[in-house]
Amino acid sequence: MVLSAIFFYLFSAVVIASGVMVIGARNPVHSVLFLILAFVNAAGLFVLLGAEFLAMILIVVYVGAVAVLFLFVVMMLDVDFVELRQGFLNYLPVGGLIGIVLLAELLLVVAGWTFAGDTMPTSPAPAGMSNTAALGEILYTKYIYFFQAAGMVLLVAMVGAIVLTLRHRESVKRQSIADQVARTPATAIEVRKVESGKGI
Amino acid sequence: MDGFFYDYVVPAIIFVAQSLLLIVVLLIFVAYLLYADRKIWAAVQMRRGPNVVGPWGLLQSFADLIKFVLKEPVVPSGSNKGVFLLAPLVTTTLALSAWAVVPVAAGWVIADINVGVLYIFAISSLGVYGIIMAGWSSNSKYPFLSALRSAAQMVSYEVSIGFVIVTVLLCVGSLNLTDIVVAQSEGLGTKIGLPNSFLDWHWLVLLPMFVIFFVSALAETNRPPFDLVEAESELVAGFMVEYSSTPYMLFMLGEYVAIVLMCSLTTILFLGGWLPPVAVPPFTWIPGVIWFVLKVTLVFFMFAMVKAFVPRYRFDQLMRLGWKVFLPISLFMVVAVAFVLQLTGWGA
Repeated sequence: MVLSAIFFYLFSAVVIASGVMVIGARNPVHSVLFLILAFVNAAGLFVLLGAEFLAMILIVVYVGAVAVLFLFVVMMLDVDFVELRQGFLNYLPVGGLIGIVLLAELLLVVAGWTFAGDTMPTSPAPAGMSNTAALGEILYTKYIYFFQAAGMVLLVAMVGAIVLTLRHRESVKRQSIADQVARTPATAIEVRKVESGKGI
Repeated sequence: MDGFFYDYVVPAIIFVAQSLLLIVVLLIFVAYLLYADRKIWAAVQMRRGPNVVGPWGLLQSFADLIKFVLKEPVVPSGSNKGVFLLAPLVTTTLALSAWAVVPVAAGWVIADINVGVLYIFAISSLGVYGIIMAGWSSNSKYPFLSALRSAAQMVSYEVSIGFVIVTVLLCVGSLNLTDIVVAQSEGLGTKIGLPNSFLDWHWLVLLPMFVIFFVSALAETNRPPFDLVEAESELVAGFMVEYSSTPYMLFMLGEYVAIVLMCSLTTILFLGGWLPPVAVPPFTWIPGVIWFVLKVTLVFFMFAMVKAFVPRYRFDQLMRLGWKVFLPISLFMVVAVAFVLQLTGWGA
């Protein structure tokens, strides 16, 4: 118990600290790296909760794929720090006001938060069944339609992204592997008898 | 106080001792695999390879280690120093940490967790960060180009590796690496009445997936013919251009530890882990860990041979292979395997 408490505070402290650094770091690439650190530590918190499948999926999907692409977009941006800092004072009143309003709203919500008595004790994982199997059981039986619908939404989004960005340019030379493999010596080379000193 | 000592201190000491033992054995193994890699490569090209340090050059890797450590590390003045020095540490630490869940023999595993395969998959998907961080923080053209390539390459081949792992998991019904090995003690061979043998392992029933996994593992670890990340004829040395001395050595070490990890993952998923090739007396007397090491070495030998005789892919061909060949085949195989398992009731 003591050990998991220590690790809980360690992971939480790192998550919060790196969350602060995400908005505090001067270099946007450092911000993304801190975001990744926050993700990894959040996965550690999942492990402490006994949700090891969620922890691994969080790392595979968010850290291993999403954050990589995110990091790339940020690396490719040509950010001029001096220019960024110039408008800071002009925007401070508006930005600060919005921040204060959001903070006040959050505080009101959190202060007035009450847990409904019967939902609070989360249903424990069935005994003799691994976390992964339990998740799969409930996703593929009880919530199969929602699960499929979510998959369909992702598929549509993917097809949409491809349709929006796919362009066929005529001038580009393309490699056709099938054509290359289908070539035979008869179609590819021509054997000629050349007399010496004459050329073709 | 007594309870605290036995509850926390003793298990912690055992854990640290096990981890240290594994790391030391692993590093010595890696040192000799590096030597074997160079020797095999040399033999294919009719050269001698390293043969000066120690008898037959056996101490070459250790000489290289001392050389790397004693040289001065140069940090470019234009680089982003923190990230620059963090990148090799990230690579090596991640590569080593994945070994926590690898079972080298029955019960010989540091952390026998339920989601072992996913853990290794997650850790190996993080491996790309070492390369990206190195490429970006060097503040130089070639490393950055290399980082761009690595992200595309490693993310693409992870997809097909993921699907291959899914088919194996469908056959086994568990994400635990020990369970995956144990499940291979019975299979195709025992179904037709033969004793437990190498015919039961997954490589035969899932032969296409075995091939896809092997090629994807080459791409995932940036081995030739997919070493576009550090293609010396195009990018000098890719993301490692600006590195010298110990940071460079950490990259090499991380790379080879990741290669051995992929070899052992191939062994566990497809070649029956620590199981003997034929379960009859002379073979069953030999301890499982020796079979495991032999199989890992065999897979590494294939890695080394591929390096020696396959020319490097062009980048667009690499992407085509990943997305247009491996992804459709592995996706189809997931559906087909699930279908067969459901119809025949062979699944767990």
